[in-house]
Amino acid sequence: MAKLRGRGYASVNYPTGMNLGGDPSQALVHATTTGTFVISLSSVDLGQGIKTIAAQCAAETLGLPMENILVDTADTDTGPHCMGTFASRGTHRVGNAVIMAAAEARGVMLEVAAEELEVDAADLETDGTGYIAVKGAQDKRVHITDLALAAHFKHGRTISGRGIYLKEPSVPVPETGEMDPDSCQAHACTVAVVEVDDETGVVEVLELFNAYEIGRALNPAMATQQVEGGAWMGLSHALFETTEPYYPARDHGPRDFAGYLMPGPADLPVQHSLLLERPSANGPYGAKGIGEMTANAPIPAIANAIFDACGVRLTSMPFTPERVLRGLDALKTEETC
Amino acid sequence: MTYRLAPVDTTAFAAERGGGDLTVIGSVVQRSDARGHVTGRTEFFEDVAPPRLAHLKMHRSARHHARIAAVDLGEALAVPGVLRVLTHADVPNNLYTPLKLIGVGPDDEPILAVDKVRYLGEPICAVVAETEAAALEGAARVKVTYEDLPPVFDVEEALREGAPLVNEYHGQNHFIYEGHHCRRIRFGDVEAAFARADHVLEWRYQSAPIEQAPVETTGCVVIPQADGRLRIHSDTQACFFTLDNTALILETPFNKLRIVGGTVGGGFGGKVDVVVEPIACVAAMATDRPVKFVYDRAEEMQVSSPRAAERLYIKDAVMNDGKIIGRKITLYVDAGAYARHSPYGVTKAAAHLPGPYAIPNVWADCHCVFTNRTPSSAMRGFGVTIADFALESQMDQVARTLGMDPLQLRLLNAYRDGDVKAHRKVAEGTALVEVIQKAAEMSGHELPETYRRMSSTTREGL
Repeated sequence: MAKLRGRGYASVNYPTGMNLGGDPSQALVHATTTGTFVISLSSVDLGQGIKTIAAQCAAETLGLPMENILVDTADTDTGPHCMGTFASRGTHRVGNAVIMAAAEARGVMLEVAAEELEVDAADLETDGTGYIAVKGAQDKRVHITDLALAAHFKHGRTISGRGIYLKEPSVPVPETGEMDPDSCQAHACTVAVVEVDDETGVVEVLELFNAYEIGRALNPAMATQQVEGGAWMGLSHALFETTEPYYPARDHGPRDFAGYLMPGPADLPVQHSLLLERPSANGPYGAKGIGEMTANAPIPAIANAIFDACGVRLTSMPFTPERVLRGLDALKTEETC
Repeated sequence: MTYRLAPVDTTAFAAERGGGDLTVIGSVVQRSDARGHVTGRTEFFEDVAPPRLAHLKMHRSARHHARIAAVDLGEALAVPGVLRVLTHADVPNNLYTPLKLIGVGPDDEPILAVDKVRYLGEPICAVVAETEAAALEGAARVKVTYEDLPPVFDVEEALREGAPLVNEYHGQNHFIYEGHHCRRIRFGDVEAAFARADHVLEWRYQSAPIEQAPVETTGCVVIPQADGRLRIHSDTQACFFTLDNTALILETPFNKLRIVGGTVGGGFGGKVDVVVEPIACVAAMATDRPVKFVYDRAEEMQVSSPRAAERLYIKDAVMNDGKIIGRKITLYVDAGAYARHSPYGVTKAAAHLPGPYAIPNVWADCHCVFTNRTPSSAMRGFGVTIADFALESQMDQVARTLGMDPLQLRLLNAYRDGDVKAHRKVAEGTALVEVIQKAAEMSGHELPETYRRMSSTTREGL
């Protein structure tokens, strides 16, 4: 009877965007007379944070504070088309569409500011505080709140912009599988440390080390949430989850969370995470999609750590105590032979 | 505001990172929905409570595979509060497949079963009632007489000659890719690689279906409007995709429908299918009342499409120095009784093979197989998650067989900028080498100098 400790490794990559492309998303941006910029989308926030990321992309491109950005989504009567939230595409597709729309709106904003300040638009700059100022003459400036009002009532201009991102569809060659499936690839490596109880077969994940290369961390706290929350899901897939515990037999399918087990707080490992940035040429500020991939590397890392701990190679998911014990029994039988 | 924050490494790709003058990007900004979620103020679709709201519940198949001999609605219609019991005859275009929108066919799935059921839990009749309790009672009182057919549950059994036919609309128990029985990858000469390899190593990997398990189950509230349009409050992951599919099923102009959504209590791929909106719209039109149809937890777990079970056989040609010179993969994806998004997921899986490694000879057959179980569909990591379990377990087994360090084996085979992938796209922006090096550093796993000096942008150390 012992608790056996082991380490396992896994390294993975993951594609950004709908496989084979052909999945456009649009964004419309307009300034109200209050100087607030409304980003109209039909994109869905599942809790992953696309509303926040869209607002950050708009604020950065416009050169304005986050407080000046509103995101209005998702209503198919008022929001332009979005293919949907899946395939790690939201940040990449919607982010790019928002940047394109915000860049057009910024161009108008600077033109109107140039009229208002009686200068050349090329001489204007923003610093993220809400002012549009003449480069090198910081006292010659106008705040967006005043400018938006003037644009409407004095200059007769709409400060607005349109954006779309489309990766043109690729058609696979049926004979060889030649295709252009993705916009870019993100990367990860996970090291798992586990403890296997050889009496009960229970596997406890003690520590996870995760290194992720994600292009650019647009919001490092939200990227951390993705990495650590996804690792929880990977751990859960590895050790607990299935709707058909005796697949391919259809019996004993759980119908609620009393039967469909997932890790609770006490099952959580200590997580050490690190983000690397290799900006993607086509990503919004270089970002790649990491929404999905964060559940992936922990699963094989845990499988490999179980082998390292106790010599049992589990090739069927999930790695339940029953499978661990059967594996340990099989090892004993081999030894006696 | 307190939050967990992983450090951003500034050493790797230092020359490419740039971005020093950004003011908002790269900064921590609080999630816009966080306060609403934790204070219970966020409005989800179920917070819409129009007057005269009716409720819809399904009567579902009690068999895995059977002919429907008779359906008796008498007792269900007699339940007080039951307004309508809808059958396939009430659905304008009862046969669909969601990927029709991107040109994938054939239509293979009924909204409500016609003469046959192909999985346990398949919807047969929709009961619309004044209350949820009356709808449940009505659904329980629908009487279906079945003539059982033999089911098939195993992907390889399903592909054998003489196996029961799951889905007549396909005509065989697998999806056909442009005339081929599976999605194929053919790159180099894998058999020649096996012939000259020092080791040929093959193992099998298997997963079971997994539930997306969102906190908020799949559902919608449909509200008929004064102008004749339908407003659909939905937790779909894809508003226009749901709108377009629903319009095709209702045989109504697209602009008769409006989807309002965008705030969803978790999806993980489970809300990409279009399974509640069409029948709820039929019910709303039939009764001229707002209708709510939301899955209970048991439906979410056993009827809603899970992550597919997958089976992979991976056979590697490996040299004594650890170089993998060939990899042959046979993948079976258990699509269940209907295609849903599985043909797409299988192609995505094919594109992912043979993993993030530069292997010069790759052969893959990726099968999308029909069986008599709940249709599987999209889930986080669609086509990739289970493949990664298999590929990375394989890498570990290869390393163990050779007595090599598992990270050194990966670094030796890692793809780098300029490598041609098995699907013949040239790799760029790669960083597998660097994440392995960093993970080793973080976890105290020592690598020799030659491996620490490797890079995704050079061939150093190879």
